[in-house]
Amino acid sequence: MSALPPYASPLQRTWFYTFRILCGLIFFFLIFPIMVIVPLSFNAQDFFTFTPEMLAFDPAGYSLKHYDDFFTNPDWQQALRNSVMIAPAATILATVLGTLAAIGLSQSHVPYKSAIMAVLISPMIVPLIISAAGMYFFYSRIGLQGTYWGVVLAHAALGTPFVIITVTATLVGFDRSLVRAAANLGADPVTTFFKVQMPLIIPGVVSGALFAFITSFDEVVVVLFLGSASQQTLPWQMFTGLREQISPTILAVASLMVAISIVLLTVLELLRRRSERLRGLSPG
Amino acid sequence: MSDATSNQVLTTQDGKPLKAALARALRREKMRSLLLIAPLLIFVLITFVAPIFDMLFRSVENQIVSETIPRTVVALEEWDAETGEAPGEDVYNALLFDFIIAVENKRHTQLGTRLNYEQTGLSSMFRRTGRRVDDFGETYADQFIDLNEAWKEPVTWVTVMASPSWIEAQKAWASNPTGPEPAFELSPAALDVLPATSDLYGAFAQFVQVEENDSPTEEDPWTPIYKALYQDLSANPNAATAFSGEAATLVGQAAAAVPAFETVSVKELFIDADEDWGSAENWAVIKTFAPTYTSGYFLSAADAQLTPTGVEMKPDDEQIYLFLFYRTLLLSIIITISCLLLGYPIAFLLAALPLRYSNLLLILVLLPFWTSLLVRTSAWKVLLQQQGVINDVLVWTGLISDAGRLVMINNQTGTIIAMTHILLPFMILPLYSVMKTISPSYVRAAKSLGANDWTAFWRVYFPQSIPGIGAGAILVFILAIGYYITPELVGGTSGIFISNRIAFHISSSLNWGLAAALGTLLLVAVLLLFVAYDRIVGIDNVKLG
Repeated sequence: MSALPPYASPLQRTWFYTFRILCGLIFFFLIFPIMVIVPLSFNAQDFFTFTPEMLAFDPAGYSLKHYDDFFTNPDWQQALRNSVMIAPAATILATVLGTLAAIGLSQSHVPYKSAIMAVLISPMIVPLIISAAGMYFFYSRIGLQGTYWGVVLAHAALGTPFVIITVTATLVGFDRSLVRAAANLGADPVTTFFKVQMPLIIPGVVSGALFAFITSFDEVVVVLFLGSASQQTLPWQMFTGLREQISPTILAVASLMVAISIVLLTVLELLRRRSERLRGLSPG
Repeated sequence: MSDATSNQVLTTQDGKPLKAALARALRREKMRSLLLIAPLLIFVLITFVAPIFDMLFRSVENQIVSETIPRTVVALEEWDAETGEAPGEDVYNALLFDFIIAVENKRHTQLGTRLNYEQTGLSSMFRRTGRRVDDFGETYADQFIDLNEAWKEPVTWVTVMASPSWIEAQKAWASNPTGPEPAFELSPAALDVLPATSDLYGAFAQFVQVEENDSPTEEDPWTPIYKALYQDLSANPNAATAFSGEAATLVGQAAAAVPAFETVSVKELFIDADEDWGSAENWAVIKTFAPTYTSGYFLSAADAQLTPTGVEMKPDDEQIYLFLFYRTLLLSIIITISCLLLGYPIAFLLAALPLRYSNLLLILVLLPFWTSLLVRTSAWKVLLQQQGVINDVLVWTGLISDAGRLVMINNQTGTIIAMTHILLPFMILPLYSVMKTISPSYVRAAKSLGANDWTAFWRVYFPQSIPGIGAGAILVFILAIGYYITPELVGGTSGIFISNRIAFHISSSLNWGLAAALGTLLLVAVLLLFVAYDRIVGIDNVKLG
């Protein structure tokens, strides 16, 4: 399928190109909705479609007013601040706890390993609406509902499975004799961890942290239930915006978030390459 | 030689038996790994697992009835709903005492709301009665006060009801009030001969002290307490003998006068306040939902209901949940199939292309995967609406007329399109990782043996890709049946899922028990699917990106 052999029959030739076109259409379906909001966010009108001016590339058809609204509107700014306060705290908590646990789980003799793993992975499997419902009931009992820390703890719990999975994946390729060699050369466990193990697993830790960050930064269901008005995050603001009075500012926010995802994707890809190189899985 | 070694115990350098030393080292290693895991395990247990169990508990928990009207629940045990007649005076008496406590603590409306889930109309019955119940003891209160003005004074009641030691302690506290007043104690004599009065007065004293931060020596007692005293004195005319001093005089005088008192039926007072109290059907509902645990929420979640005669299905026009479960399943299956149909060619292409091209194209899959769910949902909301880009293009190309713009949002079409787009990467990635491992030489071998392209694909390639299909399909299906945000925003009323109903019961209708029961059913479905996923893929093989 990678290339058409010279002896291909006309039927094969037709199918080859049909298949390529079909795949192209599916890729278009995947990427078009995300890409179309970027030009629409520069619309000078409060419309959600291309105006004749925009199609004619008339500069008057474009403006930055929706971005301007995002950066000056106090609601959006408060939402941005909340997101920036909640996501990093949840990320740090999830990454530290998750990395330690992943190292513990990678040892050769762990009792009840599969049961522990099932519990630790469960926040990723249980549908968000159920987690949100349970947390809402339980956190109201213990007075965490509607508080900053309630949201942070919930988001950290949702993010830990990703840290465990990514760090465990890097630890699979980790050569345990390096730790023994370090111990043999007189390093204590803490030194060994920071000087030998950490530099090798850091790509996994960072990509786990990125997953945890994006989990919290994008999360809306749990925060809708657990948060009060003063914990309103960006996704929450977008959700209410989409449900009640849809304003084009949402498109500006969405475009900014697409930019963030592109940055994240690039960082992850670089990390993956570095990790493969360090572990000698791929040349260069 | 074998004898020599078996008798000789191997030791480490410092003389310890090797076996013990190894066991110790192993134990240490286990401890160390557990210590590393423990913080996260405890964290997840508290922040995540405990909430899930709380939800499971709430789906069967029903303490509100037996906690709010305990005396009534006990009195109702004797009553038989089959008779079709409302219960007797004793049940209404118990209800009066429960009701006055509940009203003062403002808990009767909560109970009304809870029982209203089972029988409409009970909420307003409880609310309306709550406004009147404080007058129900008035007839008796007036007669006691006419008999002796002293019964009007809070201090008189304290003299009769409180234990001597509490009276002492209270006096000491009153002369030098530091900290809260000593907790009220009933006198043994009152407890012995005036049981109903003690019960209700004890509740009153506690309420005054704890909720109002006041003293029973200064607060007028609730009027139903007079009714309780009347009841006790009628039952026990010699009650005064148990008391001494001033209390004995007061109780003696009252006991002598009580047989001549004018009486009122509490039952009639309740029925007068709201005639629904006379309905045996309502009492049957209260009796049915008196136990601490109930299957009622689960039955509601399955469109059934618990009636005094047993479980039966709700009337057809009230059945919504089975249909909603069915729709959630159906839409999830449609979404899974659409994802498979769109994802299979892409994964196939990615696996067949050389790495440098496939890595580039993979970015087109990963970008949507990494983009915020709300961004993608808002994109579809913008694209699909009637004045949106897709309709504009269709009108411009002349495929549809301006008046015939397609309705693609706020219905099932919207949910299916948007969710297929959102979940497509979850199908492509597992498929791709399986297809990458399929060696192209099998297909080549099949072709060299005479198979045409289709046979080679269908008989050789496709069977090898089935594990990927299984993994991707289950993953997409698990994610789809629990989805909330996208159906809520683009699904309208015909495209919503069971999750939307759960959210509705938590935040709008406040029927938490039903929300918990629906959530539990959904959770069970997801866990069963997950076990299947674990069998096919293995939990350790979950990969990201």
